[in-house]
Amino acid sequence: MNIQDMILTLQNHWSNQGCLLMQAYDTEKGAGTMSPMTLLRSLGPEPWNVAYVEPSRRPADGRYGQNPNRLYQHHQFQVIMKPSPDNIQELYLDSLRALGIDPLKHDIRFVEDNWENPTLGAAGLGWEVWLDGMEITQFTYFQQIGGLEAKPVSAEITYGLERLASYIQDKENVFDLEWTNGVTVGDIFTQPEYEHSVYTFEASDEKMLFDLFTTYEKEAERIMEQGLVFPAYDYVLKCSHTFNLLDAKGVISVTERTGYISRVRNLARKIAKTYVEERERLGFPMLKKEGGADE
Amino acid sequence: MSKTVLFELGLEELPARFINDALAQLQDKTEKWLTDHRIPFGDIHGFATPRRLAVQITEVADKQPDIEEEAKGPAKKIALDDEGNWSKAAIGFTKGQGRDVDDIYFKEIKGTEYVHVRKFIEGKETAALLEKFGDVFLSLNFPKNMRWGSRDLRFARPIRWMVALFGEQIIPFQIENVQTDRLTFGHRFLGSQTSIPNADQYEQTLSEQYVMASVKKREDRIISQLKQLEEKQNWKLMMDEDLLEEVTQLVEYPTVFSGAFSEEFLEVPEEALITSMKEHQRYFPVRSNENELLPYFVGVRNGDDQNIDNVARGNEKVLKARLKDAQFFYEEDQKGSIDEKMEKLSRMVYQEELGTLADKVQRITAITGKLGEWLGLSEEESRKAKRAAEICKFDLVTQMVDEFTELQGVMGEKYARLFGEDEEVAAAINEHYMPRQANGEVPASTIGSIVSIADKLDTIVGSVSIGNVPTGSQDPYGLRRQALGILQTLNSRGWSVSVEKLIDLVHQFYVELELPTRSEEEVHKDLHEFFRVRAAYLLREKQVDPDVVEAVLAQGIGYFPVAGRKAELLVEKRNEPSFKPVQEALGRVLNLAKKADEETVRPELFENKEEQQLYDVFQTVHETYSRQMSEGRVEEALETLSELADSIHAFFDAVMVMAEDEKVRNNRLGLLKQISEDIYQYADLTQIEWKQQF
Repeated sequence: MNIQDMILTLQNHWSNQGCLLMQAYDTEKGAGTMSPMTLLRSLGPEPWNVAYVEPSRRPADGRYGQNPNRLYQHHQFQVIMKPSPDNIQELYLDSLRALGIDPLKHDIRFVEDNWENPTLGAAGLGWEVWLDGMEITQFTYFQQIGGLEAKPVSAEITYGLERLASYIQDKENVFDLEWTNGVTVGDIFTQPEYEHSVYTFEASDEKMLFDLFTTYEKEAERIMEQGLVFPAYDYVLKCSHTFNLLDAKGVISVTERTGYISRVRNLARKIAKTYVEERERLGFPMLKKEGGADE
Repeated sequence: MSKTVLFELGLEELPARFINDALAQLQDKTEKWLTDHRIPFGDIHGFATPRRLAVQITEVADKQPDIEEEAKGPAKKIALDDEGNWSKAAIGFTKGQGRDVDDIYFKEIKGTEYVHVRKFIEGKETAALLEKFGDVFLSLNFPKNMRWGSRDLRFARPIRWMVALFGEQIIPFQIENVQTDRLTFGHRFLGSQTSIPNADQYEQTLSEQYVMASVKKREDRIISQLKQLEEKQNWKLMMDEDLLEEVTQLVEYPTVFSGAFSEEFLEVPEEALITSMKEHQRYFPVRSNENELLPYFVGVRNGDDQNIDNVARGNEKVLKARLKDAQFFYEEDQKGSIDEKMEKLSRMVYQEELGTLADKVQRITAITGKLGEWLGLSEEESRKAKRAAEICKFDLVTQMVDEFTELQGVMGEKYARLFGEDEEVAAAINEHYMPRQANGEVPASTIGSIVSIADKLDTIVGSVSIGNVPTGSQDPYGLRRQALGILQTLNSRGWSVSVEKLIDLVHQFYVELELPTRSEEEVHKDLHEFFRVRAAYLLREKQVDPDVVEAVLAQGIGYFPVAGRKAELLVEKRNEPSFKPVQEALGRVLNLAKKADEETVRPELFENKEEQQLYDVFQTVHETYSRQMSEGRVEEALETLSELADSIHAFFDAVMVMAEDEKVRNNRLGLLKQISEDIYQYADLTQIEWKQQF
């Protein structure tokens, strides 16, 4: 099954479970979790079921397109179901079956992995799902977002599409994966992988990036004061990506990281709080539509 | 009649590390619950897999035993009124006991007659009592709990089903939206939902569904398969206890498999390979009988041996990808030189206010130099210590450490050797991170210890200088652990280096380097207190009583190993009758010396022989004592101090310290003040609760 068909299969599967199919968010980010479709919408009492593909940038993982397993940018398939349904694990395993993975021919396990994103004041409990020892999915019950208690709890399922595909297509090299008939990942991504790696590790202007970080941080602060949640959140995302670029270049130490994180976390907290207040002011519109969040 | 009872709690996959403890709790709490509810039972068997916690209780009685007991009521004179009728008190009592006045009889207790009734409590039906067993499940404690769906309950993982059987009968109760039943779930893929006919058939029913519910049986199956493999292949498996426990708790039906990786990866340091296999993949690494790492690994699958080759092949692929990364890092890291890598440290910010990592390394080097001087290192040792300090952080810029952070220092040592550094210097790079956890191993070598102390001191002093003093549960940089590490290292080396002097020295560097810092006074105060609390903690861990700890640390820590020995000695002395006159004498000196303003003594002002004698004895004692203290001979030093006792007692018997004449008074106080300085150097004896009289 090529990646394109995998995406279509997963979209179908989760659409049938009542998920909205959304598109990737247009600001750089390290994970599908950071899309406002997950991060903000999992706050508050309104039910929310969504699925989307998210291109995710991890500058530090760039390998000039040379490493068979590592990418500057990979693709996640992200599912959020709030409140988490009782049969969510079964729904997930069914999605693997839909992708042609026969559990009897493999070793599938749920291994404890508690997810935490201190920058976003977010934490959840759950597992990484192993397929024959390979982590193919992150499965999380959100407990806290932006420093606020997540209630009801969202279940988040994040598939690493390339990893899964390397299994399904039995390929050793990510660049040999078929995106669709006759077109490989390599055909599409070799050049950007190379150039982004050169940029990240060699060509980037550190001073400019440090300046940008400060600028974005200030702008986020400034517009938060005006209560503009979504634009402020976009700037937090920009901070995060800029931070990742600096981090990948090795110019931020472990200790300094702590300071940056605590500043962005404070911002994320404010955004989360204001988002919920704003939804409340609007009368939690999605709640009315669904006739209550309780099962 | 008795029957077997079964309770099974069905969960989404529990974290492996929770399971053993949860099962032990469940068994204990079940036993306590049954006892509290007066339900006779036989044995309790516990079962646990990632998806279930269960207890099976044999020979559970149908009913609680009946109880007959006697209840005592009011005295006879209160129970009967003047006309001999039952009073309100008597009627009320019998009602309360479920009896009536006709059942009353009198019994004499200590000369007074009291109303009594015999009470019969009929045992309740066990079946009804068992309906409350849900409380036991809910009372389990886990390291981390979570919520799910729209529910408020916090538990380790979502509860998905419950089985509760009394013999064949379902015991009805509910937790959240889950109602008890006889339906359980087998292995996720090999089994299916199934019905348990009666409580006795739990293990058997599950085993038909590819679930080995007994932890012991699962572990035995794994061990026996591992042993078979060892024998067949002539391997020695690195059977780590923790790993074995973890893999046992990751599966419901274990089957062992093995895989191989390419020999070319063996050139990568084995620590990196083993971390990849053990920590990341939960494999058992394989060694030859000669203890060499072999290019194989052993894993445990959750399932049977169907398609096991496919599973092994998949795992090989994953491991290959991981090892390829490690190999790539290892090769890349060997390019260039240590100096080039050090260069990169100057671009890595350590802490915004405290400069780069290169700045930190410079401070570590300076502290190392000074410390070496104090300890009187040889020229060669000093040179090596300096080099170790200079390059102690270079591996932080290597890709291997970036990927496997737990290998910081370990890789530094390896790479340093490859780059041709001296053996001891290389080892010190690794050692300077020690102790790596609370009560972990301290550095083995002298230079490793020095650099370790220097690095940690710099971190602590730097943080506290800019106001980051850990409070409550907030200690993001692990300063407490590092302070403990410094003290433990000083202790294990037995070094006579004053902790306060060390701290002040390091802070002095901060002042000289014009780094941002709060006032010297504030910083020193915070640091001294911070270390004092850690020192107190370590002494109390050695079973030194809190009052002795406070006494010994009253004037600061000083030489920490010495503080420890003084404390242990005083703990003995506090119970020794022969020490009573000594501590009383010294204590009196301490108390009265508080009134002194100055400590000059002019012997010509002495008025009687007792004060002259005390003065003379003190001159000898002081000299010997000071020498013994500076040499850390604390037992002898205390003996020496004790020699003052007789003269002190004689002094107080004969001399009025608070004399009218101010000069005479101050002179006497001055003498006591001088003596008190020496005593304080040992300990503030007035803080100790002496127990010699008991």
